[in-house]
Amino acid sequence: MKNLILISVVMSVLLLTGCNEQEQRPKSRAVYMLLDTSGTYTEELAKAQKIINYLLMSLNSGDSIAVARIDSGSFSEKDIIAKVTFDSRPSTVNEQKRAFKRKMDAFIETARGSAHTDISGGILQAGEYLTETGADERYALIFSDLEEDLEKGQVRDFLIPLVDIKVIALNVTKLRSDNVDPRDYLHRLEAWEQRVQQGGGSWKVVNDLERLDSLLKL
Amino acid sequence: MNVTDLLMVWSDSPGVSFAIWLALLVLVMYLARMPAHQLIRSVSGTLHGALRLAARSLRKMEERLSARNKEVILSNGRDAAERAIEREFHRVNAVVSRDLAAYPAIHREIKEAIERIEADYQKASDVPPLPPAWLDAVDTISKVAKGGDSTVARILENIAETLEDAHRETLKAWQDSSRERHGLLKAMQPQWRQLQQSVGQAQGAVAGLDARTQSIDAHMQHYEEIRRGEDHAARMLTSSSLTQFFISGLVLVIAILGGVINFQLIALPMSEMVGGTSQLGPLRTADVAAMVIIMVEVAMGLFLLESLRITRLFPVIGSMDDAMRKRMIVITFSILFILASIEASLAYMRDLLAMDREAIAQSLAGSGVVEAQFRWIPSIGQMVMGFILPFTLAFVAIPLESFIHSSRTVMGIALSGLLRSIAFGLRLLGNLGYQAGKVLVSLYDLVIMLPLRIEQMANGLGRRREPSLHEDHEDELPVDVLPTRPATK
Repeated sequence: MKNLILISVVMSVLLLTGCNEQEQRPKSRAVYMLLDTSGTYTEELAKAQKIINYLLMSLNSGDSIAVARIDSGSFSEKDIIAKVTFDSRPSTVNEQKRAFKRKMDAFIETARGSAHTDISGGILQAGEYLTETGADERYALIFSDLEEDLEKGQVRDFLIPLVDIKVIALNVTKLRSDNVDPRDYLHRLEAWEQRVQQGGGSWKVVNDLERLDSLLKL
Repeated sequence: MNVTDLLMVWSDSPGVSFAIWLALLVLVMYLARMPAHQLIRSVSGTLHGALRLAARSLRKMEERLSARNKEVILSNGRDAAERAIEREFHRVNAVVSRDLAAYPAIHREIKEAIERIEADYQKASDVPPLPPAWLDAVDTISKVAKGGDSTVARILENIAETLEDAHRETLKAWQDSSRERHGLLKAMQPQWRQLQQSVGQAQGAVAGLDARTQSIDAHMQHYEEIRRGEDHAARMLTSSSLTQFFISGLVLVIAILGGVINFQLIALPMSEMVGGTSQLGPLRTADVAAMVIIMVEVAMGLFLLESLRITRLFPVIGSMDDAMRKRMIVITFSILFILASIEASLAYMRDLLAMDREAIAQSLAGSGVVEAQFRWIPSIGQMVMGFILPFTLAFVAIPLESFIHSSRTVMGIALSGLLRSIAFGLRLLGNLGYQAGKVLVSLYDLVIMLPLRIEQMANGLGRRREPSLHEDHEDELPVDVLPTRPATK
C-alpha cells in the first residue's frame, strides 16, 4: 500500500509537470471591446474585425467577450452588439465562436456613423460589464481615435472606476488637426492615460495591429 | 575619540606612536604568554577531540548501516535465488511431466520395434533352397560321351534337359527367396526410423533435464554463497542492484513519458465530460480526471501483474488461492480493457475537437476551411495509441518493483558513502584545528620573540637555548587530544 501511495504521488507530480503551462493555470479572462462608429472612423471597422477574430481565437472555455459600439450615448446595454461567456465544453465553445463571428460580420456590414462620440460612457459600461464577469484578467479595448465628442448636456467629467482593468487603446488614428499640431494627439493620449490610471486601471496603446499577439499579455 | 586619535595618543609622529603601541602589545603578550598558550591549546584540543568523537560516531553509524545494507542485499539476493531455483524446479517438473511422463510408452515402442526388427532379421537370414543332391550325378552322366548309339544319346539329352529344368527351378527359387529377404529388409526401414525417433525423444528429454540440473547447480551454489554471507556474493548483488536501479529507472522514465503522452491524449476530451473551467485546487478538474484514469490504469496493471505472480509488491494478492487469483486476473484485465476502450474513444474525440478547432481557426483567420487529405490516418493512430498505452503502462509494475527493491540498496550505499565522507571531513577538520593551534602558539612566540630572547639571555646560565615551546607543551597535551597517526602496515 505504501508503495502504491508512493507511486501515485510520483506519477501525479510527473504527469502534472508534463502538462503545459497554459493548462496548469486556467485563469479566466474577460474582454470588452468598444468600436468607434463616429464619422469616418467606420471605415476602420474592417481592422476591428481582424482584432475580434484574433480575440475569438485566443479566448477559451470560461472566458467572456463583449463588443459594443461607441455612439452618441454609449452608457447603455443597447450598444452591446454581441456578448458571450464561453461554455466549459470545447465543442460548444466552437459553436459560440461561430455564432459570435456571424453577428459581428453582420454588424460591420451594416454599421452607420453616429453623430457624437461618447467614449467615457462606453468605458463606464465596459467597467461594469468586466466587473460583473468576475474574471481573473479584465481587458477593455478601445478601437477609436480617442477624440470624444459629447452631446450637449451629457456629464462625463467624473472618475470612472476601472480597478484591475487593463485598458488598451487600439488603432488611435491621427486627426487632421493632429497633423497641424502633434501635441494635440499626445495630450489626448496623456489625458486618457491619466483618467484610466486615476480610476485604478492600467493603460496601453497598440497602434501596430500586426502585433496582436501581445494584446492579452499586458 | 576615534581610532586614529587613540593611535596617536603617545606621539604626534605616527611611527613613534605605532612603535610604542607595538612595544606595549609585545609586553602584554609576553606577560600573558602562558595563559594564552593554554587557551589556544585548550581550544584546539577541544575542537580536535569533539570532531574526532563525532567522526568516530559517524563511522560507527556508517558501519552499522553498511551491515544493515549487506543484510538487506543478501536477503534480497536470497529471495531472488529462491525464486530462481523454484522456477527451475517448475521447469524440471514441466519437462518431466511433458516428456518423461511418456517414457514408459516410448520404452514399450522401442522394445516392440527391436523385437520386430529382430524377427524380420531372422527371417531375412534364412538360407535359400539348394538344388537337389542328385543333380551332380545327372550332370556327370549328361557330360559322358554319347558315342554312336542313338538311344544313349537320347537318354543323355533327356538327362541334360532335366538338368537344365532343375537348374532353372533352383534359380527361380533362389530369386524368389532373395526378393522375399529384400522385402523384409525394406520393411525394417520404417521400424529403424521409428526406433531412432523414439530414442531421440528420450535423449532430448534427458538433455533438457541435464541442462536444467546444471542451471539448478549454479543457482544452488550462488544460494549457498549468499547463505554463508560471503562478501563476494554481497558485492555481486550490490553491483546487480545498481544495474537494476539504473535500468529500471530508465524504463520508468520512458513509462512516465508514455504517461504524459497518454495524458495529452485524453486531457482535452475530458473537458467535454467534466467541463473545462472547473478546478480542484490549482488544477483543472479535466486534468485531474485524466490523471486519475491513467493512475487507475497503472494500478490495474499492478494488480494484474501481481495476480499473475510476475511481481511481488503486494503479498496479500500473491498469497491468494488460485481461484481467487484467476478472478482477480479476469476483473483487472476487464477493467483495463474497458479503460483502454474509453481512452481510444477519448482520443478519437480529441481528434474531432482538434479538427473543429482548426476549422474555426481557419474561418477566423479569413481563409476558407481546407479539408486535409488522409486525415483519417492520424485519427486511427490516436485511437490505437489510446488503446495501446494503458496496456503498456500496465507493465510499469515490473520496472517499478525492481526500482523499489534496488533503490533500498542504492540509498543505503549513498547514505553510507555520505556518512563516510562526513566522518572523513570531521576528522580532517579536527586535525587541522589541532595543527592550527600549534601554528598559533608558534606565531605567538614569534611576535614576542624579543622579550623571550632577553629572558633567555637573563636566565642563560644553565641553558643555551630556550627549547621550543611547541615541543615543551606537546607532552602536556591530554592523550585523547593528540592526533592519532595511521597504523603502519
